[in-house]
Amino acid sequence: MDNRQTIFNSRYLPYLLLAPQLIITAIFFIWPAFSALIQSVMMEDPFGLESVYVGMENFKILFADSEYLDALGVTGIFSLLVCFFSLTLSLLFALLADRIIKGAGIYKTLLIWPYAVAPAVAGVLWLFLFNPTVGIFAYFLQWLGYDWNHHLNGGQALLLVVVAGVWKQISYNFLFFLAGLQAIPRSLIEAAAIDGAGAVRRFWTIILPLLSPTTFFLVVINIVYAFFDTFGIIHQVTEGGPDGATNILVYKVFHDGFLGLDLGSSAVQSVILMIIVGFLTVVQFRYVEREVHY
Amino acid sequence: MIQKRYFFIVAMFVWATVLPISAQATEDIQWWHAMGGKLGEKVNELASGFNSSQNQYRVVPVYKGNYTETMTAGIAAFRSRRPPHILQVFEVGTATMMAARRAIRPISEVMAQAGEPFDSSRYIASISGYYTSMDGEMLSLPFNSSTPVLYYNKKAFKKAGLDPEKPPKTWQQVEDYSKKLLQAGYECGFSTAWISWIHLENMSAWHNRAFGTKANGFDGFDTRLLINGELGVKHLSKLVEWQNKKIFVYGGRRNLGNAKFNSEVCPMYTESSAGYAGFKAAADFDFGISELPYWSDVVDTPQNTIIGGASLWVMAGHKSSEYRGVAKFMNYLSSPAIQADWHQSTGYLPITKDAYELTKQSGYYKKNPDMEVALKQMTRVAPSKNSRGLRFGNMVRIRDIIYNELEGVLSGERSAKKGLDAIVKNGNRLLRKFERVSKTRSR
Repeated sequence: MDNRQTIFNSRYLPYLLLAPQLIITAIFFIWPAFSALIQSVMMEDPFGLESVYVGMENFKILFADSEYLDALGVTGIFSLLVCFFSLTLSLLFALLADRIIKGAGIYKTLLIWPYAVAPAVAGVLWLFLFNPTVGIFAYFLQWLGYDWNHHLNGGQALLLVVVAGVWKQISYNFLFFLAGLQAIPRSLIEAAAIDGAGAVRRFWTIILPLLSPTTFFLVVINIVYAFFDTFGIIHQVTEGGPDGATNILVYKVFHDGFLGLDLGSSAVQSVILMIIVGFLTVVQFRYVEREVHY
Repeated sequence: MIQKRYFFIVAMFVWATVLPISAQATEDIQWWHAMGGKLGEKVNELASGFNSSQNQYRVVPVYKGNYTETMTAGIAAFRSRRPPHILQVFEVGTATMMAARRAIRPISEVMAQAGEPFDSSRYIASISGYYTSMDGEMLSLPFNSSTPVLYYNKKAFKKAGLDPEKPPKTWQQVEDYSKKLLQAGYECGFSTAWISWIHLENMSAWHNRAFGTKANGFDGFDTRLLINGELGVKHLSKLVEWQNKKIFVYGGRRNLGNAKFNSEVCPMYTESSAGYAGFKAAADFDFGISELPYWSDVVDTPQNTIIGGASLWVMAGHKSSEYRGVAKFMNYLSSPAIQADWHQSTGYLPITKDAYELTKQSGYYKKNPDMEVALKQMTRVAPSKNSRGLRFGNMVRIRDIIYNELEGVLSGERSAKKGLDAIVKNGNRLLRKFERVSKTRSR
């Protein structure tokens, strides 16, 4: 066996080559995370003129706050709904688009389009459509005899942000599912068809298992999306209201810290959020990934 | 193409480095504000008016987004040691600014050190009182102050057989009028903007009831909320009852519901006096302005309402020559002609007595009697300890709690009393937190 290992002449070269990535990680992840940790055990005035070490008190105050516990619940429901519907709908669209022969390009473009819309703009769009006073959909619903007022009805508000969040994410998922579908060898599907497997059976026994790496990747991405990126939509459409019905954790971090200027509490919340997302990722990679066939 | 872009970037650098040298003759005063749209244009006009009146200083107005964004930007700039000279802060941020004595320079001190004439009694007491410390020192310059009033649609009043020159004075009348308006085919009787500010904070002052202990926080940080009292429960229960009968409709947070008045859905609407310009532009019907209604079974005559809006704070950390420029500009802003024009074109209150007199003498109120309503309502009696204003730390977050609880109550989740109790309980917790951080500082 000839030696294929590359030998670096300098001891420092590998470190130098790694440096850019490490520096970026340190500046944009480790440093802020560390500051959040420090901030979370301090109580500080907005101007940073004075801060007091308070130990775990910020945590205690937070967990005694029913608003925060509600936000935890809302985040769970919201993320589940957004992930489930954005994944299933986009898979459905991808399956349909995969079968189309004529005008496939147009369908694909139209389905990918929403991804180019910034979350805040998407929020404004949906807000106008469903504005209880002047929104066209709200008007239509009222005409049907349904009283639409998401400023007051928590269920309607949650529905609205879930729909907006799903609409925004479908394009991304669609793109990956479509690529995944096109990577599945036709011969496998044709062989199954010759053996008498119907479309539904082919989907469950061949397509879905072969898509599992894509699906797993998208589940991880979608959970992160629902946890963090839906922020712009919530900020525009409901601001966490009414009565906290759409107040998800990341929005509360921003709201309490940057609008409410309560830095201690905001830091505690981001530390907890960090733990939750870390935990979810570990679960996904340790347990869910076992079911994935590459 | 690329060369062109490089040239542009280089030109920008040269410009940025050379400019401070070439502009050394005048000193720049940064003014961060939250006035967008038409108001933003007016702010630019104020700055350029000052700039052309002298050649020593140049005021640079910078729009920093809405009130919260502007305040957050100012605080972040202070933390990174590059604060603007003047920062516009909304009224709920007042206590936070006051507590940060090392971050700000009291306006009276800035004026005195610059040798600019300054007499705090020139300012209308019920406005400047909001920004005056416990020991009588004026800390910031009131800039855009407003107070809630009732707007009503005259066309709708005629349609419902009501006298368009006789708006409702009491809440009982609002109820009766609403019923008639509903019969005339309107979807709702009245709606409101800023529900916390108008229907809790101002309702307390208007009926001379305490919103919190220690004169609503004016006498110290160790204050507690008191809004779960009789008046609060009564008014909120009524709103719930009215909402079930469509007499009242909740239009959302802040002034999101303004379209309900513009689009003739709700013929009566409580909103800030500064909403006037917006309604004037958007409504294609005749509307009138009258005083905020009151409960005649609670008080015989109402007290005064309290202000909202924002004031200008001078930030610490600049050269004393620049503070002279700030002082000159503050004096320019307070001059009667400037104030009278600001008041008449925006619907905000004039901040000095002279500006009020000037507007009166010009015959403006004869032609526009509606524009005087807010002022009369503010200045009708000497403010009591319940009606001077509110001064609570963490008020931005307390407002959030109030919005949440009110929405819970209005959607029927819980009773008025329960909602108000929750506001008091959670609000007090935030007040204690604020007291703790502020106390350490004064030590």
